[in-house]
Amino acid sequence: MSKTIDEINEKIKKGQAVIVTAEEMIDIVEQKGAAKAAQEVDVVTTGTFGPMCSSGMYLNLGHSKPRIKIGGGSCYLNDVPAYCGFAAVDIYLGCTQTPDFDPRNADYPGDFRYGGGHVIEEFVAGKDIRLVAMAYGTDCYPRKKLETLVNIKDVNEAVLFNPRNAYQNYNVAVNLSDKVIYTYMGTLRPKLGNANYCSAGQLSPLLNDPLFKTIGIGTRLFLGGGIGYVAWNGTQHNPHVKRKENGTPCVPAGTLALIGDLKQMKSGWLVGASFQGYGATLNVGVGIPIPILNEEMAKYTAVKDDAIFAPVVDYSENYPKMIPGNLGEVSYAQLKSGKITVQGKEVPSGSLSSYSKAREIAEVLKDWIVKKQFFLSEPVAPLPGPDSITTFKAMHERLGAKG
Amino acid sequence: MRYPTKLVDKPIVSKLVKEFHLDFNILKASVTPNEEGVLVLELIGDRKNYNKAMDYLKGLNVTIQPFKHDIIRNEKKCTHCGACVVACPAEALIVETKSRKIIFDEKKCIACELCIPICPVRAMEMHY
Repeated sequence: MSKTIDEINEKIKKGQAVIVTAEEMIDIVEQKGAAKAAQEVDVVTTGTFGPMCSSGMYLNLGHSKPRIKIGGGSCYLNDVPAYCGFAAVDIYLGCTQTPDFDPRNADYPGDFRYGGGHVIEEFVAGKDIRLVAMAYGTDCYPRKKLETLVNIKDVNEAVLFNPRNAYQNYNVAVNLSDKVIYTYMGTLRPKLGNANYCSAGQLSPLLNDPLFKTIGIGTRLFLGGGIGYVAWNGTQHNPHVKRKENGTPCVPAGTLALIGDLKQMKSGWLVGASFQGYGATLNVGVGIPIPILNEEMAKYTAVKDDAIFAPVVDYSENYPKMIPGNLGEVSYAQLKSGKITVQGKEVPSGSLSSYSKAREIAEVLKDWIVKKQFFLSEPVAPLPGPDSITTFKAMHERLGAKG
Repeated sequence: MRYPTKLVDKPIVSKLVKEFHLDFNILKASVTPNEEGVLVLELIGDRKNYNKAMDYLKGLNVTIQPFKHDIIRNEKKCTHCGACVVACPAEALIVETKSRKIIFDEKKCIACELCIPICPVRAMEMHY
C-alpha cells in the first residue's frame, strides 16, 4: 500500500494525519515492523542544528533620497563587508565574512568573535545594524556615501539563501600530529587528543531519506525557525559514494541549497559562531518532513545511530594536503557514547552539532503540521541521486593565457 | 576589597606596600569619585605582614573577600552542542545521556578557562 503527498495533506487538513519524529519512528518500526508503520505513520519529522559555513542573506535595502548605487561599490553591515555586485540596493552577506580590521590569524590563533553570522543573528533578532556604503556616483544615482541604521522590518526583502546546508553525514576530525590544530571541526588536541563530529545522525534530514526519494527541489521545510524551501542541490553534492545497505553514505555525501524569508525566522535558530583559529560562521537550524509514502520510506526513517557510520579523518596531514584515505569508520552510537577507538587508542568524542536542538526542531515541525500551519510540498524536480552524472571533483590547477 | 566613598581618595594600596611590604598585582579596579571602590588584587608577602595589613584595612572599614574567579555559562547563548565537553579536564562539562544537553557542574570547575575559546557561541564567561 502506498500514499501520495496529496493524500497526506488531506489527512493533515482533516486533523487525521499521524506525525512522529525520526526518533519516535525508530521505536514504531521496531515494534510494529515497517509495513504496519507505513500504514499508520504519515510524516516523519527530522532536524539538525550546527555550523553551516555556506550560509548568508541577501537584502534589498530600499532606495535612499537621493539615490545611491551600492551595486559595483562597497558596503559594510556592522563593519562586516557585504557583496555589492548586484543592482543598486541589493546586497549579500555571507556568514564567514569578517571585518577588515579583524587580525584574523595574523594573531594566531585568531578569535573571530564577530562575523557575517553574528550580523545575521542580530538582524533576525530585530536589532538595528549600521550600514555604511560607498559608491562612485552616476547621473541617475548621484550619492556617493551613505551611513544609516537598517532594521529587518524596514528593508524590502531579507532572504536567507544558503548554497550548502544539511550535509548528509560528515567526517570525524582527529589530529595525529604533535601540536594543537585549530580547524572548522574545532580545536583538535595532538596525538588523537579528541575526535570531533558534526551530524545529528539518526535525526538528520538527509540520513532519513538517504537516496533523496522524497526530498527534492521545492521541498518545504523548517529553516531558521521559519519556513524555507530546497532551492537546488547544495554545492559539493556528492551522491556517488559508498553506501551501507540501509542507503546511508559512509562519507559526506548529499547537500542542500536552502532558501527562505528571513523576516519570519528567529534568532534562536540562526546563531553566529566563532571557531578559534579558523573563522566565523553561522549555526543553522534545519528540519525536513519526510512523507511516509510506502514501506521503503518507513524503513529509511527508522535508521538508528548504530547503523550510520562516519569516517575518521586526520586534519593535521590528510585533510589539508588532500591525501585520500581515513582511519576507519565509527558509528554515531559510538560517537555519542563519548569515546571512540582510533588506531587502538581510546579517544574522547565531542559534538559540534546540537542534538538537543535538532530534537527540538523535529518537535516544532511536528507541532506545526499537527496545528495545520505547515503542509508538505511535492518536489518540482528530484535531487541528483546515485544514478545521476553529478560528481564532486577536486580542482585541476593550470597556468596559461586567459580566454 | 571594597571600600567606602570616604576612602576613595586615600592612598590605601601604597600603604600596603610601604608599611606592610606587600607586593600587589591589580586584576581589576573600579574606583570612581563619590562611589564605593572595588579592587581585585593579588597580594604577595610575609604572612605576618599580610595579617597586619588585613587588620589595618578592616580598621578602615574596607570589606575584604577572598579572591575567587568563576566560569559562568550564559544559558541564553549555549546551544548545547558539546564542543566544550572534550576540552574540559575536570569533567565539569558532561553530556546528559537522555536529553543530550550539556550539564555544567560549577562545583567541579577548576576555572582553567579552556572552554572559553572552544565554545563556538562564546557562552562560557569568566566572572570575577
